[in-house]
Amino acid sequence: MTRPTPETLAHSARRARTAEPATEAAAAGRAAAPAVRQPEPVQLSGAASLVRSLEALGVDVVFGIPGGAILPAYDPLYDSAVRHILVRHEQGAGHAATGYAQATGRVGVCMATSGPGATNLVTPIADAYMDSVPIVAITGQVARPAIGTDAFQEADIQGITLPITKHNFLVQTAEEIPRVLAEAFHVASTGRPGPVLVDIPKDVLQAQTTFAWPPTLDLPGYRPTLHPHGKQIREAARLMAAARRPVFYVGGGVLKAGATEGLRKLAELTGIPVVTTLMALGAFPDSHPQHLGMPGMHGTVAAVYGLQKADLIVALGARFDDRVTGKLDSFAPDAAVVHADIDPAEIGKNRHADVPIVGDARHVIDELTAAVTAERAAGRQADLADWWNQLDDLRNRYPLGYEEPADGTLSPQYVIERLGKIAGPDAIYVAGVGQHQMWASQFISYEKPHTWLNSGGLGTMGYAVPAAMGAKVGKPDTVVWAVDGDGCFQMTNQELATCALEGIPVKIAVINNGNLGMVRQWQTLFYNERYSNTELGTHKHRIPDFVKLAEALGCVGLRCENAADVDATIEAAMAINDAPVVIDFVVGKDAMVWPMVAAGTSNDEIMFARGVRPAFDEDDI
Amino acid sequence: MTLHTLSVLVENKPGVLARVSGLFSRRGFNIDSLAVGETENPDVSRITIVVNADSSPLEQVTKQLNKLVNVLKIVELDPQVSVARELLLVKVRADRAARGQVLETVNLFRARVVDVAPDTLTIEATGTPDKLDALLRDLEPYGIKEMVQSGTVAIGRGSRSIAAGPSLRAA
Repeated sequence: MTRPTPETLAHSARRARTAEPATEAAAAGRAAAPAVRQPEPVQLSGAASLVRSLEALGVDVVFGIPGGAILPAYDPLYDSAVRHILVRHEQGAGHAATGYAQATGRVGVCMATSGPGATNLVTPIADAYMDSVPIVAITGQVARPAIGTDAFQEADIQGITLPITKHNFLVQTAEEIPRVLAEAFHVASTGRPGPVLVDIPKDVLQAQTTFAWPPTLDLPGYRPTLHPHGKQIREAARLMAAARRPVFYVGGGVLKAGATEGLRKLAELTGIPVVTTLMALGAFPDSHPQHLGMPGMHGTVAAVYGLQKADLIVALGARFDDRVTGKLDSFAPDAAVVHADIDPAEIGKNRHADVPIVGDARHVIDELTAAVTAERAAGRQADLADWWNQLDDLRNRYPLGYEEPADGTLSPQYVIERLGKIAGPDAIYVAGVGQHQMWASQFISYEKPHTWLNSGGLGTMGYAVPAAMGAKVGKPDTVVWAVDGDGCFQMTNQELATCALEGIPVKIAVINNGNLGMVRQWQTLFYNERYSNTELGTHKHRIPDFVKLAEALGCVGLRCENAADVDATIEAAMAINDAPVVIDFVVGKDAMVWPMVAAGTSNDEIMFARGVRPAFDEDDI
Repeated sequence: MTLHTLSVLVENKPGVLARVSGLFSRRGFNIDSLAVGETENPDVSRITIVVNADSSPLEQVTKQLNKLVNVLKIVELDPQVSVARELLLVKVRADRAARGQVLETVNLFRARVVDVAPDTLTIEATGTPDKLDALLRDLEPYGIKEMVQSGTVAIGRGSRSIAAGPSLRAA
């Protein structure tokens, strides 16, 4: 997979800015306006300048819905090579942009009108912020004279999105449109990626202006640190050579930096066990013998205890999230921490870092590899045989698994496991949020980067269908499966109409247990089995009937209710490539996600299954 | 917890103050005082923030501030090597009988009378928060009708400007 790294993007932006012959700049009457596509400024509307900017930025697709304030932009878009995909709800546009970005590594773009169009983007923007996904949201705003007057469809979307964007802009004049767009894409895609919102008043879109490309970026306060400090790297390598129970704690930053090959080399060089967080699945092959699995609330026993008992944690692009650490005070009490992240604010935020390293994960990993090689050349190298004996023992005694439901219903874990086997490691899997998400993280084997997309930080139910749509648009030749719950699916399935009409043949496996399953699991465990408002009626009343719903939305609808039909149903779906497919897997409602560290408790209290605490030989560990 | 004075250089653009102040409340920090103004460079504004925090949360908020795209530089001013001042305007009850004593207090604190009415004096004073507190304590018995105070502004001692010096960019 090729994707531009933050550094190359920054570099190409710099190169483009300095590439122009001085004479042309003089002829254009502007400072430093080198011409890649447009040698001389041309007269056009702000709206046309916006579309030209998107073209110049290499945008191939925009997900959106037109409306009053953004309407001027849709006129030049009508003639543009940029593909616009008309979604059914702006939330779908936002998550589609996120799915596109997560699958391709390129910036995802969504567009909406002012007021409700913009506020409908709030959830996907917050989602992208929590998971550091590079998207640019373009919103129309009421005309400048109307701003602040409570005008029709006015909402202060810049103010609303201040806490959930990496940066946002309210464009003041048509002249600044190309520069603001270029800055938005640069900020979104470099450093720690994130969402950027560009709000453009309608009269700015309508105003006449000039367009020249590329513009000069004006971001004096924005300087992401990419290269780590050599002294810190050497100190980290020294600790790694001296540690007896080290673990690599790998987060989503490794995927975003395109550092997965380097990670594999470093892990194999050192022999250190690896855990990959929910956001990092696929960064290190699940099948690799050094992979302990996912840590955290529903992680493997080996991964949770590996971190918990480590004497050295080397965190790479991870942020010590509460779902990973459990009760923070008791997390990994004996571990020294090497924390490498591109965002300095993550280092020391939740857990003190003994060796802080600020830098892009790719550079950090490459330089660590060199430093570790030097340590080994000097004869310093950790002996991890005892550590591996302990971890292997845990892996053997407490593997991931599940029991068949006693009531004879279809097991959701079995469905997901078979899906992973049949669709294979080349497919992209996109999950919603809840039990099905955890099972999809556990029972599908992720071997390659960017094959697992989900809403990790915000936990946005309804993410899967639109994100799968975006991923399929970005990777049209890859099989894209959404693994969704019946609750999640009912939040955003309207985008299947978009998929059907726009020729985006995603496949949806609805793990239909008739309930808000994860909430029900907590009610089972912590609320005395009082099932307040978690039954959805998709079993009892079959409302909605997902097969009929799929057909009404222009998709193929299939249903599977017993284990014997699972493979054939999945294979039938795999054979359909000219339409979206929905499979309604009617599964039992009592299956639970295990292992589990209950919220707010220590990782020491991990439960392997209900009522079963793993036995650890404390003398060994 | 101790008071820390941060000088934050920001781009002089609309909405930047909201980004900075919003970040403090969002991350659970209380701002003790805040003052904004232009600097020697018209493109740059300077925000002086006094915040009550332990050193480790302060480091976190400083890092979060540094992430704001419009923030150019953050420097913590050590009270030992900087000058900090606030401005106070206070309207004190001062009839014929009390006026002499009030004026004596004003002189003692090197404050100034900026407005006179038959039964009140309006006093302007600048100084450290401690000095202004002491002044207010002395004026209180006469009756304070109204007062308004600016946030602290602060500048480092010596010839070096903060634009030239190192920034607080902890890692």
